[in-house]
Amino acid sequence: MSRLFSYFVPVLNRWMRLTRIRIISQALFLALFVLAVWATWTSRLGGYPVSALLELNPLVMLSTVLATGYVYKLLGWGLIIIVITFLFGRVFCNWICPFGTLHQLVGWLFDNRSNSERIAQNRYHRAQFVKYSILIVFLLMSMMGALQIGLLDPIVMMYRAMATFFSPIIDSAIDSVGGVSEEIGVGVSMLDVLKFAPGVENRIFVGSFWIGAIFLFFVLINLWKPRFFCRFVCPLGALLGVFASKSLFRINRIVAKCTDCDLCLTRCEGASDPQSLVRQAECFSCMNCIDDCPEDALEFTLFRQDRKQVVSSPDMSRRHVVFAGVLGLVAAPALRNNGLVNDENFSAKMIRPPGSVEESEFLERCIKCHQCINVCPTNVLQPATLQEGGIEALWTPVMNFHIAHCQLKCTLCSEVCPTGAIRKISVTEKLGEGPYRERGPVRLGTAFIDTTRCLPWANQVPCVVCEEVCPVAPKAIQTHDEEAKDVFGQMVVLNKPFIVPDLCIGCGICEAECPVQDQPAVYVTAVGESRSKNRKLLLRSRTPARPI
Amino acid sequence: MTKPEKYPHQDYRGEFLTRRDLLKRMLALGGAGAAGVYLAYAPQEFPLSLRDDTGLLGMPVETPFQLPDFRVEPADTGIQVGVGRGGDTRTMLLKALDAMGGLTHFVKPGDVVLIKPNVAFDRSPNLGATTDPVIIDTLVRLLLVDARAAEVRVADNPIESPADCFAKSGIGPAAEQAGGRVYLPDANAFELLYTPGAKLIEQWAFFKRPFKNVNKVIGIAPAKDHNLCHASLGIKNWYGLLGGRRNQFHQDIHEIVSDLSIMIRPTLTIIDGTRVLMENGPTGGDPSYVRDGNAILAGTDPVATDAWAFEHLLQRPGRLPDYLYLAEQKGSGKVNYKDRLKVIT
Repeated sequence: MSRLFSYFVPVLNRWMRLTRIRIISQALFLALFVLAVWATWTSRLGGYPVSALLELNPLVMLSTVLATGYVYKLLGWGLIIIVITFLFGRVFCNWICPFGTLHQLVGWLFDNRSNSERIAQNRYHRAQFVKYSILIVFLLMSMMGALQIGLLDPIVMMYRAMATFFSPIIDSAIDSVGGVSEEIGVGVSMLDVLKFAPGVENRIFVGSFWIGAIFLFFVLINLWKPRFFCRFVCPLGALLGVFASKSLFRINRIVAKCTDCDLCLTRCEGASDPQSLVRQAECFSCMNCIDDCPEDALEFTLFRQDRKQVVSSPDMSRRHVVFAGVLGLVAAPALRNNGLVNDENFSAKMIRPPGSVEESEFLERCIKCHQCINVCPTNVLQPATLQEGGIEALWTPVMNFHIAHCQLKCTLCSEVCPTGAIRKISVTEKLGEGPYRERGPVRLGTAFIDTTRCLPWANQVPCVVCEEVCPVAPKAIQTHDEEAKDVFGQMVVLNKPFIVPDLCIGCGICEAECPVQDQPAVYVTAVGESRSKNRKLLLRSRTPARPI
Repeated sequence: MTKPEKYPHQDYRGEFLTRRDLLKRMLALGGAGAAGVYLAYAPQEFPLSLRDDTGLLGMPVETPFQLPDFRVEPADTGIQVGVGRGGDTRTMLLKALDAMGGLTHFVKPGDVVLIKPNVAFDRSPNLGATTDPVIIDTLVRLLLVDARAAEVRVADNPIESPADCFAKSGIGPAAEQAGGRVYLPDANAFELLYTPGAKLIEQWAFFKRPFKNVNKVIGIAPAKDHNLCHASLGIKNWYGLLGGRRNQFHQDIHEIVSDLSIMIRPTLTIIDGTRVLMENGPTGGDPSYVRDGNAILAGTDPVATDAWAFEHLLQRPGRLPDYLYLAEQKGSGKVNYKDRLKVIT
């Protein structure tokens, strides 16, 4: 028995190295992430925590707290990662973060460097301080109400690129496979399970090319500089680096054993200089150096740490901090004064999803993770371009009624929003029923008729698609019915539509279905949206004779 | 120490191309060149010529498909519309089918049956805007158990998100629990359908995928008020199998609906009159618009079925909607249902 034991323990020790366990953990979290994006769909979203990775993200927690002064829903989970970082350093970066895993994977797959080149690449670079400057700029901006961390937060970037760039590409590929597999007897509905958005025609996302291009830029740059994003850019890594520099466990070099061969740098992910004074704030705790050390001179330990062989604070001089601070203080007002997100000059097309809080509060919360855009079953939710809200509102969700409409009995976007930019509402609240009757339905905007383009108004052609599809009861689109002789001498009945703004909820189905497609004759603009007192249209709503 | 030679490589002998190899290469190049010139410049009627003077010769043409006729010979009774009144949904449906000679007359063991409900909007069933899931459940079970159909499919192309419409109207879960299979549309599910005799939709994108190997088709529609068409009944229900820009149809809705009546020749048309949407159609939105019509119709003549439903379920006296007369002209049925209709109470 003891013989058997003494045989297996070394084998197990050799196999169950920390690096192996780390790879399993990375694969698991990457899989969980893809699963979460896959499950973010109307037919799958059964209360699963699809936004959990965002809620675990301490940068999302910290920046929204700075902006709003409170912790929304589950954002407190970020503390878990902070505690883990205090214990083991930046394990998040190399054990959990799916973006980090992707960088490592790409770097590993396409790496044809020699060992000496690798060692040179993995030395600490003095520009690695830049990520701390980025963090300071973003946190100061959050404090002043302009939340922009989503532009560079790795988890947010991952969700965003997956939702709006990769999933439609993957879905259309599966559709083409389905066309072939149907011929050989494999039903298309079997492939539906693989699709991110089954049961709809291909989704489009305005401006998603640039979302994908920026994402791919950071992935492909690994071929030039390994883990470029993680080492130089990542603001979440910087935040964790601040905590990690005081972590309990760390890599410790036993100087007496070390032969200065530098082999520990061959696969050092964080470029944290384990060969000399290990930089705690840069180390990802990937454990590769321990594997690569031929002398067993490196250990990941709590005890017997050599206090002379460590740099335990981020590489930021006071001047760096001050300069970043000045930049941050200038950036927020510069964005706000750009002048597209205030109540005086707001864009008519800045129509937010139902449940959204008032615009300035919205911009304090929205991290542009695109969970709402991904879950939207009609594809009406789109990333904003520079047109709707300028650079400050870039990639935040807006409704584009050229593409589709907001479905009456759907509140999925409010369910998946991790930060409360879209507050969680129920269908009852959205429709203004039951206890919400007094307040009325959630209005996204108000519809208007362009009588110079409307077929019955302008062209003597019968049509009232808008009235037919109007979902409220009684209908917010009514008609003046006229019988007229048209230019060809035919008698036609023209039902000329007009809007009853008191009843209109701005769902946009009229605009989406209008046959004057390119510039619809009925269109919704943001005025009258119920989330804002300053963008009201009517003094009071006239109530219909029949109860709704 | 020896002095280095002036020409260190003077013993080197290179290997050079032979005359024979050079000739072979030149011949091959010349042949390929001549062939290329022939393919590119020969007049287009010459064999293998790639020339296409108008640019239309090589253009691919999409050949539309045609739907088969799904009708079966009526039972001997000569009844073409059956109406069941009194009792619950199942009882009324069975009564209506019995008047026509029973479901087993229409669906034989081993048939693959497609059911087309109206799932147009994301509405709960009590609002009357979509087909009642109860009748879907009943019909799927009747088809699988009593008529021993091999497979029952349920398909529609809703106006709102298909996944949501099927889920929240209750039709998706009802069909699947009863043993049917739901088909949702996607980008590859549509093909061009050719309908000879149709005026406006002679060629139009059609939700073809669920029709593969199908030999019986049953339409099952709610009875609804419709702003422009006056009624959305059995024939209007087929609108949900089309793709493309359907929002142009309202410019001549009666012609379109009568075109729909010849586009597909269903085995049976069923109209569920248990929840009739009397106003604010076709979306409804308030339970007070819905009336219990206490009737379920099953017919092989879609025009007569719609005519009876318009008069008795929507309770509209006077002239019938224009599309019914147009449909009669196009030969899909007769408006006058007298002597061909049987009511079982």
